[in-house]
Amino acid sequence: MLSYIFRRILATLPVMGIVALFVFSLLYIAPGDPAVMIAGDQATPEDVERIRQGLGLDRPFLIQFGSWLWHILHGDLGTSIFTNLPVSALIAQRIEPTLSLMSLTLVLTILIAVPLGVVAAWKAGSWIDRTIMAFAVFAFSLPVFVVGYVLAYVFALQFEWLPVQGYTPLSNGVWPWLQNLILPAMALGSVYTALIARITRASMLEVLQQDYVRTARAKGLDQSSILFIHALKNAAVPIVTVIGIGIALLIGGSIVTESVFAIPGLGRLTIDAILRRDYPVIQGIVLLFSFVYVLVNLLVDVTYTLVDPRIRY
Amino acid sequence: MSTTSAAPVPPGFVIAPQLPDLLMPVKIRRGAFGFLRNHPTVAIGGALLFCLVLIAIFAPYLWTVDPTALAPAKRTRAPSADYWFGTDVLGRDLFSRVLFGSRVSLTVGLSVALLASLAGLAIGMVSGFVRWADGIIMRVMDGLMSIPPILLAVALMALTRASVGNVILAITVAEIPRVSRLVRSVVLSLREQPYVDAAIASGTRTPMIILRHILPNTLAPMLVQATYICASAMIVESILSFIGAGTPPTIPSWGNIMAEGRALWQVKPFIVFFPAAFLSVTVLAVNLVGDGLRDALDPRMAKSL
Repeated sequence: MLSYIFRRILATLPVMGIVALFVFSLLYIAPGDPAVMIAGDQATPEDVERIRQGLGLDRPFLIQFGSWLWHILHGDLGTSIFTNLPVSALIAQRIEPTLSLMSLTLVLTILIAVPLGVVAAWKAGSWIDRTIMAFAVFAFSLPVFVVGYVLAYVFALQFEWLPVQGYTPLSNGVWPWLQNLILPAMALGSVYTALIARITRASMLEVLQQDYVRTARAKGLDQSSILFIHALKNAAVPIVTVIGIGIALLIGGSIVTESVFAIPGLGRLTIDAILRRDYPVIQGIVLLFSFVYVLVNLLVDVTYTLVDPRIRY
Repeated sequence: MSTTSAAPVPPGFVIAPQLPDLLMPVKIRRGAFGFLRNHPTVAIGGALLFCLVLIAIFAPYLWTVDPTALAPAKRTRAPSADYWFGTDVLGRDLFSRVLFGSRVSLTVGLSVALLASLAGLAIGMVSGFVRWADGIIMRVMDGLMSIPPILLAVALMALTRASVGNVILAITVAEIPRVSRLVRSVVLSLREQPYVDAAIASGTRTPMIILRHILPNTLAPMLVQATYICASAMIVESILSFIGAGTPPTIPSWGNIMAEGRALWQVKPFIVFFPAAFLSVTVLAVNLVGDGLRDALDPRMAKSL
């Protein structure tokens, strides 16, 4: 078990290396001169030269990559071209809202989607199942910002139950924090809910046909303990996998959600960086999120062994 | 032994009882029309998509005006008989802009689906057939897949000039790993099939095996995958345009129109509403076609999902 976890951690290192190499090489692969591109149309030749040196584009590729990687391994993600502040400091300033939004969405989604999928599988073919699955198809097709605007329009503008936009730090109290995050979390979670509900239903359908479920019924166990204790545990592996893979959706979606609800998080930082073509900042954000994504999926792999003791490595 | 009064049954034999007609007669529908009747989601999605393609092609003739014509005096008018969808912050006619915007979405969706499928097919084939390349290619794909698609596209767009072509390229790069993994897994399972063994044993050349046995069998799953990629590319394009990293503002696209309406959406929600509605319907139509094709082409999946 421990040696498996250790080997699994080792296996993620080359993946992270390739991510780093790719994100770094974009500067060189991109058509045209990135220094001119980043400097913008009104830049003087001196500006371009300053940016070129700042990015290290005047040095050989391998040497620059080596020193860049060395700095990253020491926690230095580079310096913003626009603000001249360290990228890691900029990210640290903005990380709380994004982290809050994503973790709340994750919790809400799992709490809603898994029971929905279980009920749909239990009542397979009935109107309940059909309704849940139709909802899943629709939710899967609605882009995050569309859901966001509809929710904000209905629940914030029309009913005035919740604030339209903004963010309150957790240190100001749980309720104000939650109030601002409920609508964004619902918007961000809609696609993810659909995905998890569908896979839960599919996985549960398979398990519910097994003999031991029939045995459990025959010996008179009540329906809910069959569904949620006996069946769900055995259906868990595909569900956990999709939860892990779906984190990519959350990461991409959070940028847009923050923009719709004016939340000052990493999404805002990304959008500002795009407008100023502040590549070091974008690079830092991409690296950070990719790292989180790889880490989550590493965690998912390790969870398999906990959920399903039959899996041995 | 038997109690039936008909022909005598020798001892030790049992006559099978008459089976009732348990199965309803199955009506087999053939042809394209029959296919559509058996798979209503494909029919509905296809019909919607067909309408949208017509709108995109004939946008200039559908009672539209120049979608970029400014009219500052008529800013942010609500929908009316003159301006069916109202006007935006610069007084441009939203009906025309939304209709013309369908061109960007459909172009991006279809191009990305086609390009990513072709590139993914080539990479997946090489990876499935060339043993020594497989490890390297799959590690690179693992790396690419570890970058969330939208962020990868954002990073690419930050380094290139904003244009529809670059948006297509950026999203394609982000989608290629998914296709190549799918193709590779299909190739690997097909290689174990007896008929492929037989073809190898009888001395068929590898290109011929690929053409005759592998390619036809990868088409069905790839077609399904391509529809989903089309839908996701449309969403990513609108997201990129919405956050200012996509289609240049001079070209009307649904993401752009929403981005321009963002600041005013609490007082003028119609600016955001119409492009959002069109985008949702389009993506829904593509997903319906994809679900229907999956059910039709892979009945095993259809039962579970």
